[in-house]
Amino acid sequence: MGSWLRGTTGIAVFLLLAEAAGRLGIISRSALPLTSAVLARVVLLAGNARFLADFGATVEAWAAGMAITVAAGVPLGVLLGSLPGVRDATRAIVEFLRPIPSVALILLVSLLLGPGLRMSVTLIVYGAIWPVLYNTIAGIDGVDPLAKETNLAFGFSRLATIRMVSVPSAAPFIATGIRLASAVAIILDIAAGYITGPINGPGIGAFIAQESTGAGDLTVILAATVWAGILGLALDLLLMAAQRRLLRWHHARLGEAE
Amino acid sequence: MRWLWRCVVLIAGVAGWQLWASAAGSAFFPPLSAIVTRMHRMWFSGPAAHLFLTPDATANIAPSLGRVLAGLAIATVIGLPLGIVLGRSPVVTSYLNPLLQFARALPVVTLAPVFIVLFKIGTQMEVATIAFGTVWPILLNTIDGAASVDPVHLETARAFRLSAWQRLAWVIVPAALPKAFTGFRLSLSLSLILMVFAELVGSSSGIGYEMSNAANAFDMRFLWSTIVLLGILGYLLNALLGGAERLLLAWHSDKGRD
Amino acid sequence: MLEVTDLSKTYGRGATAHVAIGQLSLNVASGELVSIVGPSGCGKSTLLRCVAGLIEPTAGHVVLRGTPVQRVPDGLAVVFQDYGRSLYPWLTVRDNVALPLRRGAYGRASRRKAADASLAAVGLPGVGDKYPRQLSGGMQQRVAIARALAADPVLLLMDEPFGSVDAQTREDLEDLVLRVSRERDITILLVTHDIDESVYVGDRVIVLTAGPGRVRADLPVRLPHPRDQITTKELPEFVRLRTEVSRLVRSRDEATPPEESGTRAATGP
Repeated sequence: MGSWLRGTTGIAVFLLLAEAAGRLGIISRSALPLTSAVLARVVLLAGNARFLADFGATVEAWAAGMAITVAAGVPLGVLLGSLPGVRDATRAIVEFLRPIPSVALILLVSLLLGPGLRMSVTLIVYGAIWPVLYNTIAGIDGVDPLAKETNLAFGFSRLATIRMVSVPSAAPFIATGIRLASAVAIILDIAAGYITGPINGPGIGAFIAQESTGAGDLTVILAATVWAGILGLALDLLLMAAQRRLLRWHHARLGEAE
Repeated sequence: MRWLWRCVVLIAGVAGWQLWASAAGSAFFPPLSAIVTRMHRMWFSGPAAHLFLTPDATANIAPSLGRVLAGLAIATVIGLPLGIVLGRSPVVTSYLNPLLQFARALPVVTLAPVFIVLFKIGTQMEVATIAFGTVWPILLNTIDGAASVDPVHLETARAFRLSAWQRLAWVIVPAALPKAFTGFRLSLSLSLILMVFAELVGSSSGIGYEMSNAANAFDMRFLWSTIVLLGILGYLLNALLGGAERLLLAWHSDKGRD
Repeated sequence: MLEVTDLSKTYGRGATAHVAIGQLSLNVASGELVSIVGPSGCGKSTLLRCVAGLIEPTAGHVVLRGTPVQRVPDGLAVVFQDYGRSLYPWLTVRDNVALPLRRGAYGRASRRKAADASLAAVGLPGVGDKYPRQLSGGMQQRVAIARALAADPVLLLMDEPFGSVDAQTREDLEDLVLRVSRERDITILLVTHDIDESVYVGDRVIVLTAGPGRVRADLPVRLPHPRDQITTKELPEFVRLRTEVSRLVRSRDEATPPEESGTRAATGP
């Protein structure tokens, strides 16, 4: 409980200092808007129909992209991680393709597929599947051989062992991969939306792009950025809560060790 | 063993691409040979005195790399010392925790539109974007590393009456280094993403700028050239970092585990 | 050399307070090797840390060579049980051993020499350039001992130093401590839970009560030097002493009969 209070105090002090810096002219008001103005705009945006539509569109693209990523990435990763020969080969492939920054493909995909939800989701899947694949393969690879042998010795098939031993063992790793993928997914959606603009349909990126035309109203842009941060935080907390629920056994064990 | 697989995959991938692209004949997926030829012509056919770099290469590739390194340098100079100080002051960190978590969850690309409005397009905006975006993994991981120094290490230092500076240099920094390196690896990937993004939307030079031109001109071979170049650069930078890590962290027992 | 008077240490406050040691007093003369043994939770490690100045006692005081101990005093060295966590993995063995020398005005070359000499003294002449994790457990603990001896301390504190090594290695390390005690002008306090070890190495064995720790008995060890793992342990005096210590450690009886508490008379058994 003490840490909650301290954390809130920290936020409050930060906001007060920022506001003071603006009002006292330490930070020029023509450069950065006042903290209070930004915060007011953050609240106003919550009632802005256009922004809500954009916000919802980003969430929609994230959800669709993550669903496909997990549905395709986890089984594929389990398969590739379980076949020893294939594992090494795919590790090599992943090492070559991973360094290509996913944002580099935004233009290519937008030219290929044209604007729309399909483009956003394709991009998200491409960018998000790597952490999921990599972590799943590594997780399956790192399963204690003794645990697998024990299961096989009880007469269970290889396939059953994968289901009963390998996947649960690898689950924490996979969960971390999914959380990383989620962060990448949001970044890609906003980046693509900003680059291609409103023709690609609604999205937080498109919203910011529109507000940036002309002189650009920094108050709105900063407010939208705050909302993007809130979205990122909310989704991360959501996934963490889901992880804790599904992997109760793992978290309980770690706690006891302390 | 891994080396063998990497060569096999590389050759198979190159051959496969070449065959498929030539057969399919799609403008969107030019054969690898055409891409490599274009890359050579654009960037690597210069005089030997210039390391075979063409003027185009020096005008674009060099600035991009320079901005990445500048941004990372700023992020390290701020993130490492601050991370160590905060890591050793758990009370202060508990006040700042929500702010740090919010900053971590903020999609890094949203900083670029803000900086475009603030600094207008150009190098300053790009370096600011990269620095602001890459400081968080370094900072947060260093905090983690500094906070989790083995208490027995510190007790030993006190038993041998090392001064505070000696404790810092000989115990705290080396103990925190492995986790700091993890943060640095994340920041490296982030820096490339931000470099491309910032140049796509707010620059008049650089690899991202060239990519933008290529897309506008519907020059697919050029577009693919920039993508492949980014992949190569990412791979090389990661390999460099891996080398530095092996050098500095030779003593770390987890190294060598792949 | 070392006087501990009415030492007490309580952890926590109020209902959850835990009294680790309560009014513990003992004296150690210069050059002695004193074993401290007792049941689990008797505060042996707390006592050692108070003597070392690593923690502050709640009451009582520690006086080393006439000066009260407030922080970690000069001329002191500590060997911990967990060598794996007490040696620094990022330093070579030589740099680890030379660490205590960094305090003084030693130049780089003289630090190297002193470290190498210390390593040779514990029987590890050639491992200076290796990293701790490349050595076995027993060798790592020798390095920790070499590090403790590098700055020529007057008081060496050892906190269950051989608890984490196998029996064979433990015997070798016990003999090493005996050798160090004989060859140097040094006072050693060795905390252990191993009763045989406490009698084998010590000039005196101090038995502590269960928590809160207090001195239960202070037994002189009149066994001949040099000691040997086989012949010394066959001596009837050894058997008698270790049985006595064992009985004292095991018995939960607080009220010890008058003739068994305190120091034994000088005329012996």
